[in-house]
Amino acid sequence: MKLNKILIIVPAFNESKNILNVLSSLKNENSDWDIVVIDDGSTDGTGGLTEQSGLASVVSLIYNLGIGGAVQTGFKFAKMNGYDIAVQFDGDGQHLAGEIPKILQPVLDGTADVVIGSRFLGKNAGWKSTYFRRLGIRIFYIINSVLINQKITDNTSGFRAYNKKAISFLAENYPTDYPEPEAVILLGRNGFTIREIFTLMKKREGGKSSIYGIKSVYYMLKVLLAIFLTTVRPKIKGD
Amino acid sequence: MKNAESLKQIYYGLDNVNINIIQYVAIVGSLLLFLFVLELVRRKKIKEQYSILWLFITLVFLILSFWRDGLYVVSRALGIATPAIAFLLVLTMGVYVILIQFSMVISNLAERNKKLTQELSLVKYQMKLKIKEEK
Repeated sequence: MKLNKILIIVPAFNESKNILNVLSSLKNENSDWDIVVIDDGSTDGTGGLTEQSGLASVVSLIYNLGIGGAVQTGFKFAKMNGYDIAVQFDGDGQHLAGEIPKILQPVLDGTADVVIGSRFLGKNAGWKSTYFRRLGIRIFYIINSVLINQKITDNTSGFRAYNKKAISFLAENYPTDYPEPEAVILLGRNGFTIREIFTLMKKREGGKSSIYGIKSVYYMLKVLLAIFLTTVRPKIKGD
Repeated sequence: MKNAESLKQIYYGLDNVNINIIQYVAIVGSLLLFLFVLELVRRKKIKEQYSILWLFITLVFLILSFWRDGLYVVSRALGIATPAIAFLLVLTMGVYVILIQFSMVISNLAERNKKLTQELSLVKYQMKLKIKEEK
């Protein structure tokens, strides 16, 4: 049987404190995985540090594109180099390398095109958050589930695995700004099978969430608008 | 009594104003605007496709400044009490349309810019790889 080529896409913006730990945890988990770090215009030397370590390939964006543009660069990289499976894995240390096999399995089995690592599936007490954040996540859950007829509990999770078909699609079509909930709709509307698997995640170690205060209101509005419009757009024709 | 008179003048417009003046100003003004846009296109400071709306709007101004009753006709047709408000409407609509076109152009540019950045960064990566291999 042909061995699947697996790529771990790690978007990183100013993660010089965490990035090497993240990469070595990935290498320790499975040294066969290829890793690409998309350095999203970091100013703290994240890219150089990663390159020196030799743990991963580094694509340095010439300026900061934001998480959506960075992750999409990873999909383009995966498509260009003929990878069968891509895993999206945050560079800030909140995702756990040990959980990757769980979200890989359905893609390997061919039972899903996309697998989302969810913090909320089942009775999960391990993850707490503020009231508003949980409310927002709940809203996404209801809306997305209705719109694509697939129950997705954790729409904001950036811990995901994709098969070749999904990689090729997302290399051409991926939302910017706050892409995760939008990507769910986009994939669902275009006929991809999405599955969720319960995975553990760490609370962030350093730094603040990129979304807080007035920004979170903008975030909700922007994403809801995008979700609604993605729903009314016609399906995207593949190549 | 005199005070009341001057108040009336302020609120209801000045009777002895020569409204021909504003017509001249309007004609010259909109003609200059029209020619200015045309000149910018000639000098390739504005692309043809982005000048059409400007030229159209300045042309509307020009027509309205020649055709004195135009604004009355427009306000009557739309049920607007004063021609001045009709003019304001025409003006804001014109500006709106242009600004929306700007948003479209900017969005398109942003999308292309993103794509270029991604492709360029990937090509740079490949170049680096190749140089390393040759060493």
